[in-house]
Amino acid sequence: MLLPPTPSQTIGPYYGTALPFPGGGDAAPAGHPAAVTLHGHVRDGEGAPVPDALLEFWQAAPDGSLAGAPGSLHRDGETFTGWARVPTDRDGHYVLRTLLPGGAPYLALCVHARGLDRHLFTRVYVTEPPGDALLAALPADRRATLLARPEAGRRTAYRFDVQLQGDGETVFLDWSAGD
Amino acid sequence: MALSEPAPRPAQEQIRPTDSGDSAFAAAARAVALRAPLRPAVPVPMPVAPGTAELSGPVFGTADVGPLDHDLTRQHRGEPVGERIVVAGRVTDRRGRPVRGQLVELWQANAAGRYAHPLDRHPAPLDPHFTGAGRCLTDGDGRYRFVTIRPGAYPLGGANDAWRAAHLHFSLFGTAFTQRLVTQMYFPGDPLLPDDIIRNAVSDAAARARLVSALDRALGEPGRSLGYRWDIVLDGPSATWTEGAR
Repeated sequence: MLLPPTPSQTIGPYYGTALPFPGGGDAAPAGHPAAVTLHGHVRDGEGAPVPDALLEFWQAAPDGSLAGAPGSLHRDGETFTGWARVPTDRDGHYVLRTLLPGGAPYLALCVHARGLDRHLFTRVYVTEPPGDALLAALPADRRATLLARPEAGRRTAYRFDVQLQGDGETVFLDWSAGD
Repeated sequence: MALSEPAPRPAQEQIRPTDSGDSAFAAAARAVALRAPLRPAVPVPMPVAPGTAELSGPVFGTADVGPLDHDLTRQHRGEPVGERIVVAGRVTDRRGRPVRGQLVELWQANAAGRYAHPLDRHPAPLDPHFTGAGRCLTDGDGRYRFVTIRPGAYPLGGANDAWRAAHLHFSLFGTAFTQRLVTQMYFPGDPLLPDDIIRNAVSDAAARARLVSALDRALGEPGRSLGYRWDIVLDGPSATWTEGAR
């Protein structure tokens, strides 16, 4: 017997006083030599930037650990917590500084925004792993929406855009299937 | 950063030029029309591989949440205007297991129905003693507790003069990233409930009812505040779910 879940409601436009915090996108310890930048735009169905989205990332540590660590909201500059929260700016752009995950080469991403009754889950693959069941199940054009692109000439920067709706719509994931 | 300090001013607080002059109602309707994906979400192939990141999730602790962060009435030099309330409850998964030591975040309008947010243009007074943001960690039994003031209703505008019923915004984490929940809590007996367009976005009446708290006098502080109870059930698979009764 499962309890009925509490329904989701939109994050709305006024979360800015509560949820963003300084250093939210600085998951990598300060000055870490292996830090990479992941950045991109969030766009709506007309291609317009979404200036009030909130992106949350969860990922394995470089050693593959998914244990995480406290301290994301008050980063000490040293601990890798595995979690980051970044609002988009007025151009719909976000920047995450992190360390590449060990194990499966992706970051889990949760997108919140006004206009969405429920947040959206997706994945940011920094490389395309052989035998990944999710990627294998997608047609090539859809699969491409989950792949971060290395920035030309920069080994430590990746680009990942989120298209909420329409042409090139990002693949969003349904986690309720197994419940 | 203490919660009482001014929050950083992310640029998301800028109004899009195309939105200026629009009612909040029009801006919300536009967001719904242009942001919701058109394609159905893709079911994740089950069973998932070992080490699937989404079946675990972030952890928080005393480094993240200060001892007074749960009390929105004590973040400034003076007390906020409004009816003091306690809002408390229990966070569990769908099997009723408590979500322990996990982060709960809350944000809300002040007693006059205005957010301390630059985008909120409702010409109701701001309260210099109320920011309207709080955090806490659930205890070993999954319980959370906030002290705050009852928020006011506020207009969305639009042709039908839509109003929001009084509500609190909640953000919750489970043991797994898949259990993330952002939602809104309402107050029992509020005559605006049947017409609240955001609450009515939940199509199932029984599910809508689960967004409404219950008056619970035992949760309040005698002679000081009324208590409201709101229990929260997180959905979605977790690491323990994969071992469980599928």
